[in-house]
Amino acid sequence: MNFLKRFARNRGALIGLIILVAVVLFAILAPSLYPQSPWRTVARPFLAPFMMERFPLGTDTLGRDIASGLAHGARVSLTIGLVSTIVALLIGVPLGAIAGYAGGFIDDALMRFTEFFQTIPSFALAIVLVAILQPKLGSIVLAIGVVSWPPVARLVRGEVLSLKTREYVQAAITIGQPTSRIIWSQILPNTIAPIIVMGSLMIGSAILLESSLSFLGLGDPNLMSWGYMVGAGRTRLLDAWWISFFPGVAIFLTVLALNLAGEGLNDALNPRLARERE
Amino acid sequence: MTGLRLGLALAASVLALGVAQAQTPTPKKGGTVHVVVQPEPPMLMQGLNQNGPTNMVAGNIYESLLRYNEKLEPQPSLAKSWEISPDAKVYTFKLQEGVTWHDGKPFTADDVVFTLDKFLREVHPRWRPIVNAQVEKIEKVDDLTVTITLKQPFGPLIMTQEVASAPMIPKHIYDGTDYRANPANNTPIGTGPFKLKEWKKGSYIHLVKNENYWLKGKPNLDEIYWQIIPDAAARAVAYETGKVDVLTGGSVDVYDVARLAKLPNTCMTTKGWEMFAPHAWLTPNVRNGILGNKQFRQGLMYAIDREFGREVVWGGLGKLPTGPISSKTKFYSSDVPLYAFDPKKAKELIKASGYKGETIRLLNLPYGETWTRWTEAIKQNLEDVGVKVQVENTDVPGWTQKASNWDFDLNFNFLYQLGDPAMGVARSYITSNIAKGNPFANVGGYSNPEVDKLFAEAAIAPTDKERQELYTKVQKLLADELPVLWLLEMDFPTIYRCNVKNLVTTGIGVDDGFRDAWKE
Repeated sequence: MNFLKRFARNRGALIGLIILVAVVLFAILAPSLYPQSPWRTVARPFLAPFMMERFPLGTDTLGRDIASGLAHGARVSLTIGLVSTIVALLIGVPLGAIAGYAGGFIDDALMRFTEFFQTIPSFALAIVLVAILQPKLGSIVLAIGVVSWPPVARLVRGEVLSLKTREYVQAAITIGQPTSRIIWSQILPNTIAPIIVMGSLMIGSAILLESSLSFLGLGDPNLMSWGYMVGAGRTRLLDAWWISFFPGVAIFLTVLALNLAGEGLNDALNPRLARERE
Repeated sequence: MTGLRLGLALAASVLALGVAQAQTPTPKKGGTVHVVVQPEPPMLMQGLNQNGPTNMVAGNIYESLLRYNEKLEPQPSLAKSWEISPDAKVYTFKLQEGVTWHDGKPFTADDVVFTLDKFLREVHPRWRPIVNAQVEKIEKVDDLTVTITLKQPFGPLIMTQEVASAPMIPKHIYDGTDYRANPANNTPIGTGPFKLKEWKKGSYIHLVKNENYWLKGKPNLDEIYWQIIPDAAARAVAYETGKVDVLTGGSVDVYDVARLAKLPNTCMTTKGWEMFAPHAWLTPNVRNGILGNKQFRQGLMYAIDREFGREVVWGGLGKLPTGPISSKTKFYSSDVPLYAFDPKKAKELIKASGYKGETIRLLNLPYGETWTRWTEAIKQNLEDVGVKVQVENTDVPGWTQKASNWDFDLNFNFLYQLGDPAMGVARSYITSNIAKGNPFANVGGYSNPEVDKLFAEAAIAPTDKERQELYTKVQKLLADELPVLWLLEMDFPTIYRCNVKNLVTTGIGVDDGFRDAWKE
């Protein structure tokens, strides 16, 4: 039974994947669908959705096309989600691997360090980081990465702890492979599956985190993102619900899709678990 | 026939009566008014602090020698009358009789001399430069007469006696003490129509009627509650639910104004800001490369759709400015080069200026959604003519720091005009006011000896006619040079229940106290 078949057996995962592909396509095609800047005023402000064919989702407080904002915002949200997850993995995976393999004092020290980050509310820390570093794309990615690596480190550590007692690792030690090589070529490849699953879920929470920051006005002011759109429209919620509603739906669908797909990945990559569940 | 005539006559007389009543309604005594104040004032001792919220509340507790009507003409307040000597150097103020402080002690010329010559000279950022540069001496003639003698004629002096600029301070409480550490700062004593009863921090400030107020029969109201509600949306709701009767200018967001103004029994006025006449603009940092180029700045001015800003961003409130002096302020002149929205011309000018695609940093003013929207709209305007713009967002302390240390390319700001160009206008353009540390100084760094000279001469020219000539010249010059890009003469509407009468009667509006207000 191959991987794709196992993945497709999970209905939710399939739906999630379809939504995700649609969002990614939407993001990739944004510049050709909406060649104009999403910040440009194109019609009268507060145009309700479905009133004009050219602006199916209406316009916002300054007469900017919401559909165009959604498309360009998809690029920003997905990019930030992806890149900041990579940042988190780059911090979390090596730390977890070293801690798990070395054990003893190094393990203790690294885990206390991880816990230190876990005890600070991640959203508060992200706000502080962005406020100190000024709201820019780089600082937002960094802040999200910095607050979301601890679970990765713990996951990788656990995996490494169990893998390092396996025979093939013992064998590698016996034949005198250097430690770095053992971690890199014997252990880490076997932790890839749970990391991928966790990573896909992390993209979702990174998108949520970025949206929350933008909602509070801590987004990059030069980038149109979904969180910004929700935040900018919230004060007009009573008389122009659509300004916040559509980007809100976009965030909801994308994060949901990522979670469904992540769940499916988990099942597909861990067949024994999936079979037990049935 | 006679019956009809009689009926007509009756109807006419009833009508006439109605009209007469509408014209001069008799103020009703008593009543309580709830007003929002935001943010919570740091203190109520107006001599030591002139923040916007402090002025709103303390303007009822303290009084100054003069008030100013909507045309900014001086009116009697604690000074019953005043005279200016023919050489325009000696100002004689006759004080009202029978004025007492809230603690019962009489108010005399000694208090005036103490306030203007000692107290405010030491602590007031606006009065200090004037008194040090222009005033030779301040003397008591008798208990009810004070003279101010100037070193040279200084026309704006008559505009300096507004309550936030020169509140009268009781000598018997402050003389010889450390003003800032005086415990009486917590229990302000003024001569005003209302007294402080209670200040529940974070909740409300409760003022009650001064029974011994010198103007007999005033004030009409018994009590004023200043409600402290930190969130703009919550303030709007407080008005809708009837918790407050008055939303002072700027206390609700622009987009709520139109909605609230339509509520039943709701009146709105943009009057009462003539003295301050807030003027909004973009400051280019002329030290930074291309921004020092006049053609480039003119190009930016043509590129910005200011009418869009007024109409869409600010909900149609305000007026487009033509130059450095607000059309609400004395000595305004419309005889200046004008800049209509013209992207084509903007492109030409920007090309001719030698602009090579440098990124211009635009610092957003963190005063709420409206300003952010404005920044976005202007960024788009500039990008449309090929100028690369990077918006920077920060918080209020961050903005203050960046603006005062000249760390920006383009920066939003809005400044009060304070009734006279010598006080509120010159400061943004003259060389001597290029100093780090104050976001409201000449932060763009524009320096032109001719402008300096014109402003200096205009401030001390003996007659209004001569001053007007000089100010007309300087306006023409500045509108061509564009040291700053004027965007909007801002309006801050006051929203209130229509049964609160006589709320805004002077050029300072609500800040000038609820002396004449009454509730139907």
